[in-house]
Amino acid sequence: MDRSRRISLIIFAGIIILFILSWIIKSTTLLNVGTESLLSIRDAFFITFAAFLTLAIFSFLYKDNPYYKFAEHLFVGVSAAYWMCVGFWSTFVGNFIPKVSTTLSNFFEVPPKEFDIFYFIPLILGLMLLMRLSPKGGWLSRWSLAFIVGTTAGLNLIRYLRTDFITQVSNTFIPLLVDWNGIGPFFSDFSLSASGQFVMTLGNWVIFIGVFSGLIYFFFSKEHKGFFGHASRVGIWVLMITFGASFGYTVMGRVSLLVGRLTFLFKDWLGLIS
Amino acid sequence: MKRQLPLAMVFIFGFLMIIQYFIPHEYSEWVNAFLMDWMMIIGVFALALGLWSLTRVSWDKVRQKKPNWGYSIVTLAGLFLMMFFGFDYFRHFSTAVGSDNYMYIHFYRHIVIPIQATMFSLLAFFIASAAYRAFRARSLLATLLLVAALVIMLRFNPFLGPLQPIMEEFSVWLLNVPNLAAKRAIVIGVGLGMVATALKVILGIERAYLGKD
Repeated sequence: MDRSRRISLIIFAGIIILFILSWIIKSTTLLNVGTESLLSIRDAFFITFAAFLTLAIFSFLYKDNPYYKFAEHLFVGVSAAYWMCVGFWSTFVGNFIPKVSTTLSNFFEVPPKEFDIFYFIPLILGLMLLMRLSPKGGWLSRWSLAFIVGTTAGLNLIRYLRTDFITQVSNTFIPLLVDWNGIGPFFSDFSLSASGQFVMTLGNWVIFIGVFSGLIYFFFSKEHKGFFGHASRVGIWVLMITFGASFGYTVMGRVSLLVGRLTFLFKDWLGLIS
Repeated sequence: MKRQLPLAMVFIFGFLMIIQYFIPHEYSEWVNAFLMDWMMIIGVFALALGLWSLTRVSWDKVRQKKPNWGYSIVTLAGLFLMMFFGFDYFRHFSTAVGSDNYMYIHFYRHIVIPIQATMFSLLAFFIASAAYRAFRARSLLATLLLVAALVIMLRFNPFLGPLQPIMEEFSVWLLNVPNLAAKRAIVIGVGLGMVATALKVILGIERAYLGKD
């Protein structure tokens, strides 16, 4: 046995021993707080296993290793089955079965609904989708795929046209002078508060110019020269602010997840913080 | 039959979904609700197809003893255990039916959630190293990026003292005004792109989803 293999085995044995020790200690702790013995052993196993998986994923910070790969592959299998079960119980049993069969509804203990023969169509389309597995009948799956693609395309066309285009364009055409009563009141009531006339007016100008210059930046059919070039330069400034803000948001989100995982390790697993 | 019928189906159903939006009638709403339900039901079969594909790929890897085949056993074990508990109708291990199964819930809570959350939290470290390289105020654009990110990250920082409320107000303005403007420009572009793609699909110009032959 070569040296590196021996070291790997020693590390593996150490992890197993630590896991068992942690499991025993956690079970004892749970027993002391009044949990039933069998439950405490089971709960302790799950908490220890979750901690092991958390540390296995963190170990990737050092380098790719077998423990990280183990956690990664386990995640793929478990989450695939999880979503299959969610789909089965919520959609198939919750939505489909009650509308097609009273017997099956009673079997699955879901209240039956009025029989609807049209619900056999998605069943047929679904079965046709599974024909993809057959080497000869694979082309039949195109029919169900065509149904999904067509419906989604029609739905998206309207949805994106409404929310991402019409609504956004309409919201960009805003008054460029907010509550305007003349130059005198503007200076006499001047304030830098967020709800003040100056800040509101400035905000509307920034939005109006920002949207147009941003759009110009993304318009590549004309060379970015002259006025177009200047506008596109303003566009990239505004875009950079957005990218910075998104970056800041992402960092905050990830750090809060990290805090959550550390809290789990130090509170739920090790019990070091109350 | 193999290509023309799917193309016709895409056109009919796509057109139907567009038309139903412009007809404010109960039949139109019925069509919409119906088609949405159908899509979800077909989606369950698509999930089953995905599961079969994962099983076949993993099993082939194990059978042919390809590199790292041992991890495929882990995938298959996780998959079948979770399926066993998730579909457990006969209450071997459960306190209730199906997705209320004790083991199913705890597998989700103690395997899926920790791994997912930790994987995402790993990005905090990678993003920190990326920030170190990217956040050097060498140009106006880099400075804008840096300032915007710092304002957002520091807005709730209690150590800023009297500056904290100002920072908070400025960050709200930054998010609601310049950030909104650029996001709107991006969203308008995305919207136009989506509409163009949907039209190409409905009219049969885009046919990649049909595959070859």
